[in-house]
Parts: sequence; C-alpha cells; structure tokens
Amino acid sequence: MTGFATLLHKELVRFWKVAFQTVAAPVLTALLYLVVFAHTLEGRVRVYEDVGYTAFLLPGLVMMSVLQNAFANSSSSLIQSKITGNVIFLLLPPISYLEFFGAYLLASMARGLVVGAAVLAVTAPLVALPLAAPLWALAFALLGAAILGALGVIAGIWADKFDQLAAFQNFVIMPLTFLSGVFYSIHSLPAFWQGLSHFNPFFYMIDGFRYGFFGKSDFAPQASLAAVAASLVVLWVAALLLLRSGYKLRG
Amino acid sequence: MTAAIEIRNVAKRYGALRALDDVSLDIAEGEFFGLLGPNGAGKTTLISVIAGLVRADAGRVRVMAADVVSDYRRARRLLGVVPQELVFDPFFSVRETLRFQSGYYGLRRNDDWIDEIMQHLDLTAKADSNMRALSGGMKRRVLVAQALVHKPPVIVLDEPTAGVDVGLRQALWRFIRRLNRDGHTIVLTTHYLEEAEQLCGRIAMLKAGRIVALDSTRNLLEKFSGLQLEIRLDRDTLPEGTGATVLAADGEHFTLQLRNYAELETLLHRLRQARVAIRELELAPPDLEEVFLRVTGGGETGAARAPNGVRRA
Repeated sequence: MTGFATLLHKELVRFWKVAFQTVAAPVLTALLYLVVFAHTLEGRVRVYEDVGYTAFLLPGLVMMSVLQNAFANSSSSLIQSKITGNVIFLLLPPISYLEFFGAYLLASMARGLVVGAAVLAVTAPLVALPLAAPLWALAFALLGAAILGALGVIAGIWADKFDQLAAFQNFVIMPLTFLSGVFYSIHSLPAFWQGLSHFNPFFYMIDGFRYGFFGKSDFAPQASLAAVAASLVVLWVAALLLLRSGYKLRG
Repeated sequence: MTAAIEIRNVAKRYGALRALDDVSLDIAEGEFFGLLGPNGAGKTTLISVIAGLVRADAGRVRVMAADVVSDYRRARRLLGVVPQELVFDPFFSVRETLRFQSGYYGLRRNDDWIDEIMQHLDLTAKADSNMRALSGGMKRRVLVAQALVHKPPVIVLDEPTAGVDVGLRQALWRFIRRLNRDGHTIVLTTHYLEEAEQLCGRIAMLKAGRIVALDSTRNLLEKFSGLQLEIRLDRDTLPEGTGATVLAADGEHFTLQLRNYAELETLLHRLRQARVAIRELELAPPDLEEVFLRVTGGGETGAARAPNGVRRA
C-alpha cells in the first residue's frame, strides 16, 4: 500500500505545486462564464418556476469544472510523464496496475472536487443556492469525477503527443460538456437534440448534480444515477484492462 | 548458489525485427557483468525484459529466483535499474525525487539511506535543488541514486557513462566498484570497451538479438585477441620458427602479431637460440575492442590497431 499511497501523494503534490494553473485558473474561468451568462440571460430564461437563471446555471458550471479538471489531471500528468520519459520511475517499482489506477484516479477526483468546491465557495456570497438533497449532489460529483478521472487515464495512455490529447479534450470532452445542459435545460431543445442528449453521459451527471440543489431535474435522479454508474463501470473496466495489458506503457 | 539473473530462451520481436532471439544467460551473485554489443543489438531490450518494462514474447527471466512476470513485486524489489535516457520529473527537488522513489518501493522512512547515497554521489549540496536546475552529470547521479534507494542486491546500469565527463565517470565507477565489493551484483552495458575491460569479470556480446560470445573477460581477450609486439633487433632479419606473424618490417624494426603470451615465450626463446639481441621491445596487451570487432564481425581486425601509446595510458 505504501507504493499506492506514495504515488497518490506525488500526484496530489504535483497539481498543488502549480495550483495557480490547476485550481485558480479554472475557478476564474467558471466565474467568467457565470458573470457573462447570468448578465445576458438572467430574467430572460426561466427553467424551473422558482429558480432564477443564475442559480440554475451555477451547479452546471460547478459540475463542468469538476469534470474538466478531473480529466485534465490524470491525462496531463500521464502524458507529461510519458513524453519526458519519467514514467519509467513508476514502471520499475513493484506498483500493481490497480494501485497505479487508484492513485491517478483519486488525485484526479481530488483536483476536480477542489476546483468545484472553490467555485461554490467563491460564488456563495453572490448567488443564493438552495441545497435540497446534498447527498445526491455529492454522489454525482464523486461519480462524475471518478468517470472523468478514468477517462483521463485512458486518454493519457493512448495519446503519444500533446496534440492528440488536446484533440481528445477539444473534440470529445468540450462538446460533451457544452451539450449536456450546463447552460440550459434539455427540455428547451428540439425533440431530436433532446433525444440525442440522452446518449450523453455528461447530461446525467449534470442533471443529477443539479437535482441535489433544487430537488428537481429533467430526469429522475435514480435513473440518472443508474446511467452514470453504468458509464463509470464501462470506463473503469476499460482503463483497468488497458493498464493491465501494459498498452503503450510496457512494450 | 542462486543466479542473480537467470535468463532462459527469451525472445522478443518488434514487427519483423528480432530484438532478442532465444537468449539464455546466467549471471551469478556478486558478479560484475558486462553486456556489450553494437547499437540495436538488443542490450536495452534485454535489460527492459529483466526490469519488466518490456514483456518477452517467449522465455522467462528470474531475478534472485523471483520470476519478473509472475512474482514481479519481489523481482522488482531485488533489482535497481539506471536507465540510459537522462529522465527526471521537473516538478520535484533531488530529495523529493528520492523520497518518492523510496515510497514506490514501499519504504516510508528512508532519509538516512537517502542522505548516505547523496553523500556518496556528491549530491548533498544539491539536495533541495529542483531537478531542472541540475547539469546533465548531476541528473545522471540522481538516476543512479534512484536505482539504489531500495538497496537492491542486483543493479543494472544501461550505458551509465554515455555523455558523462571523465571526472564523473571515474567517481561513478569507484562507487559502483564499491557496491560490487559489498556484494551487489552489477550488470553493465557500455559502449566504452575500455570500461568493460577494466571493470567486468565476465562479458556477453550481443549481436542482432543473439549472444555471440560469453566468457570471462580474460578468456575472451585471450581467445580472440592477439598481442602486438613492436621490436627492434640488432639485425634486419628474423630467425626462422618464431611462430609470429610479421605485420610490418622496416629495417631492424618489426611489428609482430602473436596469438597469446605462450607465443611470446616461443619467440623470445627462438631469438635467444639464434643469438639475436633485442634493442627495444614494446608490447600491446590484448584489447577488447579487437575482440569485439572480431566477434561481431563489425570491421577489419588485427592490422587496424592503434599505436600502443595512444590506446592506453
């Protein structure tokens, strides 16, 4: 267990040493989204009867920050280690692929949740947010971070160049988050796009997370939880199989 | 006695390339072993298989009786590897790097040993410097230190002195020799044949993924390399029956090729018999470079030999 604990510690220290870039910057990004969208849309868009647009938007932004940063942490750490070659220091010691996965995953979740919590903390004085079912919110935040952390492990192992990782981020992660209902309720979409959104796991993460605050959502939280849990299983199994096979890590 | 490293019928292909082709080799505990071969011969692949960085297509490897695949945890704890590439983690200082590396091997409190290694490798002054700020030679020392944090009985060094200045190279070898004297098994790959000749008790030569020679350094030198003799006599003819091959003759000065020291005896005896006086004599001892070229067939042998004074001090 010491190997696992050390790797987790190292991964935590790694992002914390550059917290300006890994925590402060994404918090600022989320704040900018909040200010701009709230300013233009508050009073014009109403999703739920008694919930203002700014309040509606905030949980979506928090979850988006959690997801993007969980993904960024494992994927960027792995690709940096691969490109600089120092991943060898993790491959020589007696660290199992389960320990390897666990350490990268937990560090990713930690960064995602730290950024998410920071966004909530910073906006608390500005936006009055109810907390109808905090355990639901926590469950979706944890699961979402765990899914994206695993996806980051997969992307970090698969990518050989920063360019490929950026493509993954820009052509997979970004569209899926933006089209997941962070900024709107999917009920406001035409039927076709509404139907398509149901295939986007990010939609369930954000919708379920929002339920934790308002006690209402586009979809029943139990159903969202099932969809999110299914995504988690698929991605964890994929990541673990990849690591066990030694794909791109052990020749 | 258990072998420090036991390699059995190991094969590895990369597409059409046979990186390792049925390699078998035993390295005994306490040996200082050299792995030599031209670029692309498979040295690094073999080391990677031993270290578990590369999975062999066939065959098995054991480190102190621990299989590197089925018993990888024990095998890796018994092995320290200094990689060829000068790699480092730019986020951390030297001490942090060594602490993390200790933890990966399951060692929580290792500062006493870390301090000791840093002292031996002259790294103490740089303990809190970030890895990025170190010179290439210093980074190389940290790589050696990282391989030693868990006190492995078997240490593998993949071209540790490539691009390292002479001072550091000698300091490094003093340290590695000491580790060997203390009982560590050392496996070394190098391009510097002189290093292998001075350090290694036994040598395997690899070519195109196969072992083409495996013997004690002394035997290899004897078997494959002759002696070269520069001799000036009191006359310009050599008596019959000396057994030596004349490579060059210039008046009273001869360059002779002998297969071994026994032939030198014969030559001297014959000269005495013929009452020929020796005015000058210079002997070039066997040279691993020549063995290497002959065994790997990588160039002409014998005649193409550097003058004595240049080749070794």
